[in-house]
Amino acid sequence: MDSRTSERAARVPLPATADNALKIVIAGGFGVGKTTMVRSISEIRPLNTEETMTQAGLGIDETAGVRSKTTTTVAFDFGRISLNEQMVLYLFGAPGQERFWFLWDRLFAGTLGAVVLVDTRRLEDSWYAIDRLEHHGTPFIVARNNFGDPTHSLEQVRDALSLSDDIPLVDCDARDRESSKAVLIALVNHLYALSSVREMTR
Amino acid sequence: MTRRPVHSEDPDRLYTVTGGRSRADDSAFDLVTLIVSESEPSAGMQSEHVRILTLCRRPTAVVEVAAELGLPVGIVKILLADLHDTGRVSARHPRAAHSRADLPDPELLKQVLVGLQNL
Ligand SMILES: Nc1nc2c(ncn2[C@@H]2O[C@H](COP(=O)(O)OP(=O)(O)OP(=O)(O)O)[C@@H](O)[C@H]2O)c(=O)[nH]1
Ligand SMILES: [Mg+2]
Repeated sequence: MDSRTSERAARVPLPATADNALKIVIAGGFGVGKTTMVRSISEIRPLNTEETMTQAGLGIDETAGVRSKTTTTVAFDFGRISLNEQMVLYLFGAPGQERFWFLWDRLFAGTLGAVVLVDTRRLEDSWYAIDRLEHHGTPFIVARNNFGDPTHSLEQVRDALSLSDDIPLVDCDARDRESSKAVLIALVNHLYALSSVREMTR
Repeated sequence: MTRRPVHSEDPDRLYTVTGGRSRADDSAFDLVTLIVSESEPSAGMQSEHVRILTLCRRPTAVVEVAAELGLPVGIVKILLADLHDTGRVSARHPRAAHSRADLPDPELLKQVLVGLQNL
């Protein structure tokens, strides 16, 4: 365990006044640094939990109860940031598995927005996340997590991802707190721009 | 604290915890609805209820309750619904909720921005 993590108390309670929690999701392919980013910025050591999905189309035997159903489990991790006395932001690391996205509506409806982390050595791993976020109408930005010196320009990355010009693309180091903070600020600035345009056109 | 891997949960145990029910009305609680205890645990209460009431003396999100109890989110929602129905906990629901492809209020986003910049 690294020292940063062990210094943090296992449980830091929220202020009694906390009354509005928000969600942001960190998505991307396997091993791209999602958990690392949550860990670098969370005020609690990241926790993890799971949700089970019941296979559709199978009859439920009343007498056998849950034992007769086929369930799949999807695990995800999360951290949190207290923004002020009332507001708290929860950051979720989306698992790389495709089946995770079947749980999106149940778990992540109402998410403010998402960060898609990409590793330029395996760009295609992030296509699925981008495609699903577009499908769900969740606004997002893309952050390139730099494992070593980047060998491509951000413009090349944008082309390779077929990312439209209005979606911000930034560089980051998910291990670094300031860098992860800058990524979240870039996302919220993007959301702010989108919602301001909407207000004006109302 | 060591975390028990939740995926090793025995389905029979989950069945017992919830009295055989498999899913609550999901719409009642969001993953980040903050739960607050309104009473102290009492004698004879089921152990999961005791743990929730102890944990939620300070506001605690549904997903944190699930992680701390080592139970799937869906099971925890059922346990919370029982406590909520009997007035033992209250729920502070997220206020940024917006429908698909809709966006939160710019004023709220500005507060998020300020909070992040002050970190
Ligand atoms: N060099 C370098 N290594 C990193 C960086 N970010 C993450 N890593 C390492 O990459 C590995 C995977 O990071 P995780 O944060 O576990 O990735 P993840 O996206 O959560 O992975 P899954 O949940 O398994 O999909 C870990 O060993 C990290 O220490 C980075 O910016 N630079
Ligand atoms: Mg991870």
